[in-house]
Amino acid sequence: MEQHSDQFYALSEDALEKTEQVKRRDMLGLFMPLLRDAAMDELGEFEALRQHNKRIRQHTLDNLDYYLARFELEATNNGNQVHFADTGAELNSIVLDICQQHSARLVAKGKSMVTEETGLNDYLQRGGLDVVETDLGEYIIQLAGETPSHIVGPALHKSQSDIRDLFFDKHPLGERELEDIPALVSEARQMLRETFLKADVGIIGSNALIAETGYSMLVTNEGNGDLCANLPSILIVCTTLDRILPRGEDAAAVQRLLVRSATGQPQTCYTSFYSGPRREGDTDGPLETHFVLLDNKRSDILASDYKEMLQCIRCGACLNHCPIFTSVGGHSYGAVYTGPMGSVLTPLLSSLEEAEALPNACTSCGRCAEVCPSDIPLPDLLRDLRHEQSQQKITPRSWRGGLRLHAFLAARPTLYRFFVDLGVGVMARLGKKKGVFKRLPLASGWTQVRDFPAPQGDTFMKQYKARSRGDE
Amino acid sequence: MNHSTAPQVSLFVTCLADLMRPSVAFATIRLLEHAGCEVSVPVEQTCCGQPGYNSGEYESTIPVAKRTIELFEHAEYVVAPSGSCAGMIVHHYPKLLTGEWRERALALAEKTWELTSFLTDVVKLDTPPAHPTQLPPLTYHDSCAGLRELGIKEQPRQLLKSLCGVDVTEMQQSDVCCGFGGTFCAKMPDISAKMADDKLRNASATNAAILTGGDLGCLLNIAGRARREGLDIEVRHVAEILSGDLYGPAIGEREG
Repeated sequence: MEQHSDQFYALSEDALEKTEQVKRRDMLGLFMPLLRDAAMDELGEFEALRQHNKRIRQHTLDNLDYYLARFELEATNNGNQVHFADTGAELNSIVLDICQQHSARLVAKGKSMVTEETGLNDYLQRGGLDVVETDLGEYIIQLAGETPSHIVGPALHKSQSDIRDLFFDKHPLGERELEDIPALVSEARQMLRETFLKADVGIIGSNALIAETGYSMLVTNEGNGDLCANLPSILIVCTTLDRILPRGEDAAAVQRLLVRSATGQPQTCYTSFYSGPRREGDTDGPLETHFVLLDNKRSDILASDYKEMLQCIRCGACLNHCPIFTSVGGHSYGAVYTGPMGSVLTPLLSSLEEAEALPNACTSCGRCAEVCPSDIPLPDLLRDLRHEQSQQKITPRSWRGGLRLHAFLAARPTLYRFFVDLGVGVMARLGKKKGVFKRLPLASGWTQVRDFPAPQGDTFMKQYKARSRGDE
Repeated sequence: MNHSTAPQVSLFVTCLADLMRPSVAFATIRLLEHAGCEVSVPVEQTCCGQPGYNSGEYESTIPVAKRTIELFEHAEYVVAPSGSCAGMIVHHYPKLLTGEWRERALALAEKTWELTSFLTDVVKLDTPPAHPTQLPPLTYHDSCAGLRELGIKEQPRQLLKSLCGVDVTEMQQSDVCCGFGGTFCAKMPDISAKMADDKLRNASATNAAILTGGDLGCLLNIAGRARREGLDIEVRHVAEILSGDLYGPAIGEREG
């Protein structure tokens, strides 16, 4: 996917002007947390399970080389071919090679953020293949020529009528009206069935790789991943190497938190474990299976102070709870991963300059960390990114200067007192009649959208000292 | 030498109360004294250092943190009428500092409290300092740092009930950020305004006459947006309400 996080400010302004979409996002921002909270209340062991999940992921990441080697061994023993890709380009070319070796023409794809990250669809299409997304949300945005706005619900930004219009535009509908949601779903299902049956290659992602068995786990609500995995003769699983876990039960623990955090369901409709190609005597399943494990800077992140970010299980809870994400929507972030988790990952996958706005699109409200099922300290990581931006002078000079001057004065009480007593005294007199300032020099960011309340009078310290003197 | 058995409280005024709304600090003193505390105000205090810290200016925040530690570490209790300043001292100073200074930061963190939690959890205040008139319906905005860093949720509600006899009229999403976020409100004003509008819409839907909360940053942001949009809701700090100080203009209101 093309990266344009540098346009966050402009994109978010546009997003705020589209009132219908703002209303829809407000509803999502209201209901998704309610669903998640109800599911967690029912589970009743969120904190214990998340600490368990965090320990497993930290242990695995600390011993990643061991578990990767184990996974490769077990998966190969199961008859899979395991490939490692350093970069997105490498993953794309490995996948295209596999397709070409089998003279494939049509690819059925399950939902995979990793392949969004590498821009796989475009690459395969340029290589002469037809690629069809089979997750309903992904199918919709593919028809619309858009990118996912949310890691779990890629088409959450679209309304029912948007989707109806899209199907009318892209499908041969004849007399049918597609009046309700079941009719829309049925329409997509009909189209996709043909893809499942005709596809030469199936490509899916993975929610977890299990080292002890060489299996991969995938959770879906539509079962499309299973159809991609089982009907075409070739299966390719594309994922990143940080998805690995030691044992099957660890994947099950992840699944319990993942699904509840994402949609509030206790389970998705389908949780599948893929072991490898069809064995002798099996009646179905792919004839050949591949794992492509992408690094794309994960090793760098693992070696950095942002290692905890790799604990992420891609549930989307931080997006649903982030008031900035729900205000401006995923597309404003200009990158594959959005919301708080994306604001940490995107600068690490691209650069601090290019993604300058993202770590700043945060009020440190802490709601993301509160709900994160892997206990990732997202606000701390975002603040650390701002620290790096400041050190590398990416932050505007005026901001750095202003904040350092403030800190300089705050550490020097006499000087600080002189300036604030003077400033507050003047402002209090000027603002007394109106109670607020409509405009203030040096505070244009504030007064652009808000009035600035006038100080009540002299500073507390000045009044307090005067009273103390009076008391004596 | 102090022979008093009264809790000795050092007041962390907070820079916003000092500059913008001294009545919050005076109300805090009244509440603490009413609860039987002896209150002192170290007059050399300035700011906890959050503006720079949250913007990633760690190096320049360190001297600010050290000064605050030096100024307050000999107190029995440190109390601030702000969850975010108390949270800064309790959680972030120890992260920012190393070695001996980290130890000193941790020791200070142990005795630092946000006002409403100090009143309920430590001195267990349950009698009103004033004879309050019947309060109009009010709604409470849970400021993020107090709520999530210090677990302040029930404390102010309990005090409003026991001291003022009023049940908070709860708004939808009372625990969602108002868009202040320190420098965020100036860096991304449009998003911040949208968040303040959501807060004001939820508050207005309760028909409460007063929106209150425990952090002046949020309240200045919400009041500033309400004034710009011409919305009629009084915004006041919870310390003022608890101490019975409802006579002066609300935040951003003109006198008289």
